[in-house]
Parts: sequence; structure tokens; C-alpha cells
Amino acid sequence: MTTALNRVAMMVVTLFGVTVVVFVLLRVAPGDPVAMMIGPGASAADILALRVRYGLDGSLLTQFIIWLKALLGGDFGTSISFHRNALALIAERLPATLELAVVALGVALLLGFTLAVAGTLAQRRIGEVAVDSLTGLMLAVPDFVWALALVLLFGVALPLFPLSGRIDPSLGGTFRTPFYLLESLVTGQAAAARDVAAHLVMPVLALALPLSAIVARVLKGALAEAMVQDYVLLARVKGMSEWRLVTREALRNAVGPTLALTGVQFTFLLGGTVIVERIFAYPGLGNMAIEAVINRDLPLVQGIVLVFGALFIVTNLLVDLAIAALNPRLRHG
Amino acid sequence: MSAALLSIEHLSAISEREGGASILRDVSLSVAPGEVHGLVGESGAGKSTVARAILGMLPRAVRVTSGAIILSGTELLTLEPKRRRSLLGAHVALIPQDPLSALNPSRRIEAQLTDGLRMWKGCSAAEARRRALALLDEVQMREPERVMRLYPHELSGGMRQRVLIAAAFALEPRLVIADEPTTALDVTVQKQILRLIRDMQLRHDTGALFVTHDLGVVAQICDRVTLLFGGRIMEQGPTADLLLRPQHPYTRALVAASPRYDRPEDGLAPVPEAVMARCRQEIAAFDRGLHG
Repeated sequence: MTTALNRVAMMVVTLFGVTVVVFVLLRVAPGDPVAMMIGPGASAADILALRVRYGLDGSLLTQFIIWLKALLGGDFGTSISFHRNALALIAERLPATLELAVVALGVALLLGFTLAVAGTLAQRRIGEVAVDSLTGLMLAVPDFVWALALVLLFGVALPLFPLSGRIDPSLGGTFRTPFYLLESLVTGQAAAARDVAAHLVMPVLALALPLSAIVARVLKGALAEAMVQDYVLLARVKGMSEWRLVTREALRNAVGPTLALTGVQFTFLLGGTVIVERIFAYPGLGNMAIEAVINRDLPLVQGIVLVFGALFIVTNLLVDLAIAALNPRLRHG
Repeated sequence: MSAALLSIEHLSAISEREGGASILRDVSLSVAPGEVHGLVGESGAGKSTVARAILGMLPRAVRVTSGAIILSGTELLTLEPKRRRSLLGAHVALIPQDPLSALNPSRRIEAQLTDGLRMWKGCSAAEARRRALALLDEVQMREPERVMRLYPHELSGGMRQRVLIAAAFALEPRLVIADEPTTALDVTVQKQILRLIRDMQLRHDTGALFVTHDLGVVAQICDRVTLLFGGRIMEQGPTADLLLRPQHPYTRALVAASPRYDRPEDGLAPVPEAVMARCRQEIAAFDRGLHG
């Protein structure tokens, strides 16, 4: 119980740290939001009026305190470029990014586990070399390069999947929630679900391939370590098949360290959504973050970074819970 | 010889990593049904290599160069891997050295006791559970119902070794290979575990190959003994003969070096260098005979 309270306290401290860093960095960085809003010939009085209107005239500390106070009341401020509530904007875009990231995580885990188990079963044979080479390649190529390669492959050479967006415009507009994939699956709108899924294929692969390679490598290493333990030797004496040795005896003990690392790597995947969403014109939070930075839309950038920070923290918490649930020694500890 | 449960005939093996150095030199021994055969030697004498050769789990660098391992009339070394796996799985069990690492940390005791029964005896879940409970009772485990639900880390070392002994005898194997099963345990627990293995072995009429470096353990549990040095048999025979009337100087030195309750002041002397030299000479002579 105390550990749970500690965790919550740590979350609050971390989030506060994130707010400070974001706030200061954005204001130290070059670029003036007012200059972006107003024409080159504007008078000094007009510029000052705008500054006052958006609260940009005070000192750094007063600005921070005003923002933090509003934040605690749930007010993320007004976007400078969209002239709308920043939180509402984020709430519209976040589900798209969440669907993308969660599907990518699922694909990465599935692919990574498959490769690790296959590589372990093919130990010291040609299959293991194939798995190692494949994961090496997947790891060496970063997500945005995968994105461009996929565009060339499935967008241009073999046009199997749509190149951009989240859903065909003719199918859009019928959704009640911003979770298009989830909603279409739950309500059984097969055509819409297929279309959303088709739009997801390329961005998901771009994000999932490097992560799955990491999962495969770490899990395969942990499996190799588990496979030489005495309990596996004993199970081998019992006459268990290699498949059972790997999946029943070794896998569960190897999953812990893999999940811990996957948690950390998933936060990198979340970061990767920014550039991948940009490449596929996917209407998610990352894409909006780039717009907001280009426009020096300070309240929106601050809000987005804060939401990403919260996502990172929640992810790590979930990973720790999952590891504890899988390890009987931690469960009773 | 045909009555032997296990018979190892002229087994020789080399280590390819050490440039083809011999690690087993013409080793022959046999285990009759219901007999405990002690395989004794210091570390590196080749006793674990013999045990692993029976189980078909030699390290990759070790290669058997000649000889045969015959279990109930079936030659194991030339047997096709799948058939060997099912033969060993159903008829041979292993009691491992370190009870701490020999149980899977993430599976309950019940799962680890019943999987063999379900795999080889075709037991239903309920039947396997009933038999597992009976086994835990047989190894004198208190509260077997509760123990079944526990994970290995919730048991003490002695309790874990009892679980492993129960698991070893679960399938009514013909042969049990015990690989230094008491080395990792407390002295007080050691005696109980030895007695338990002896009881179980007698009750189930199981043959056993008992690997150890400890002549005191041999005296307590073994019917016959094979003493190895450098992969070569130095002496072999009934336990009483070997301990009371040792023929080979190495055996004599080892017996003299073992602590005795009646004469605590002598004993624990190292094996004299002259005896070691004689053992090495015998090995060298054997190797010359091989190559010359």
C-alpha cells in the first residue's frame, strides 16, 4: 500500500518536472508566437496588445504560475493557432494516436515473441541465423526509414494500402467516438473497420518493426539463459518436447526482463508516432504537435508534451504491474 | 549380465575442446534392478559425464568414441532421438544436485509434479493430482494439499529436495540417477534425504546410479561402488569390500582421508602425491595402449 502511494507521489513529482522543463525550454527556444500570428508590418502597439491578450507579457515565473494554476483547474489554455481550447483539441487527436500506438505495440509483441521462440527452437541451425539476421536488419533501420520504404513498397510499387490519413473520407463522419477502430469493431461496422485497419497497416509496421526486433532479441537472450537452467534439464529428462520446454518451462521466466524493456521501448514508440504520423498524414497527436511547434503555439505544445509525459508514466506503471503479476516471487513479496 | 537394468560397456569419450583429451577411459559398470550403484570420484573424474551420457545430454564439445549404454536391453547411444526421449522420459528419472534451481520458479508444485504423469501415464488431471498428493505424503511432506498450491520459492531447500524426489519416483522409473543430491543441503537435512532416497528406492524396487564425491554417503546408501579417477576406473566392487579392504592405493588413500566418528584425530589428510602420481601413470599407460 505504501509502495502504491509512493508511486502516485512520484508520478505527481515527475509530471511537475515535465511541466517546468517544457515551459522553460519553449520560452528559451528562439521563435515568437506573436511574430507568427501577425503580419511583418504590425505596429508595436498591436504586438503588445496581442502579448497581453495571450498572457505573454509577464515574467517567466508569472506566466508559469498562471499556466500551472489554470492547469490544476483542468484548463490547458487556448491554442494560439486554432483559437480553441487546447485540451479539447488534444482530446480529439489523442485517440487516433492511442489506437496507432497500441496496435503497433500488439504487432511488435506478437512478431517479437514469434521470432524469439522460432529462433530458440532452431538453435544452432540455419533458422537461428535467419532470425538473428532478420532482427538485426529490423533493428538497424529506424522507424521513419521503414515508413518511407513501406510507402515505396505498398504505396507505389504494390499499391495495396492507402498512403495517408486515417479513414476514407466517404466513410468518416459516422463515428460517435474518436476511437474509430475500436468503435467500428465493437459496433460491427465491417467496412469501416477494414478501411481503418488498412490505413493503419503501414504506420503500424513502421513503428512495430524496430520494436519487435528489440523484443525478439531480449526475449531470445532471456530464453537462452532459461534453457540451460536445471529445471529445463529436468523437464528434458522427463521427455518434454523442445516446443514444450520453450513455451511451458522457459518462456514464463524469460518474459519478465523482456516486458520491463518493452515498457521503456514503448515510450520510444510513442515518440516515434510524431514523425510516422507526419509521413502518413495520420491525424494524431504527433502530427498536431509538429504543427503546433511550427506555429509556436505554446499552450498547445505544452499540453501535448504534458499528455505524452503522462502516457509515459502510466505506461511504466502498467509494465511494473504486469511484471509483478507474472512473477510469483514479487506477487507475494 | 542380461539381468542388468543398466549396463555401461567400455565407454570412452573425448573432449573436442581440449584438443581431443580423453575424459572417459573404457568405463564399464552395471546396475541391477533394485540396486544402488555409487559412482565416486573427485570433480573432473568423469562421474557427471557418465550420468549425462546415459541421459543423452552431453555437452556439445564431448564426443563418445566407443562403447555402449544399454538400458533394459536397448542400446541408447545409437537410438533415434525421439525414441530415446520417450524411453528415458518414461523409465529414467533424475534427482538433481541443486534443489534451488531444479524447480521452475514460475510454476506451482502441483503442475511440476503432475506433468510427467499426464504425459506418460495418460492420467486425467484429477487422477494425476491424487497420485501427486500420495507421493508428497510418501516423501513425508507435511500438509501436501497446501504444498501443491505453492511456488518453489515458498519452500525450504530440504522441502524442495523432497518434492524433487517425489517427482523422480512419480512415474515408477526403472532407474533413478541421483547427481550429488545432498551436496547443496545442510548436514542435518542430508541424512534425512539420504534415508528417504534409500526408502523410496527399496519400496519401489528401483535401480539407482548415485553420483557423489563423498565416501560417507556411499557407505550409507550404496550396494556397489565404482571409483573413478581421470575418467578411468580405479576400483570397483561391493561397498563393504571397497571400504573395508581397499585394493588400490587411491582407494586406500581416500578411505583414510574420510572423517570417521571413531577416530576423529586422523583422517582429512590429502591424498599423498605418490598415490596421485601412480594414478596418473596408470592413465598414461592406458592412453599409450590406445595409440600404440
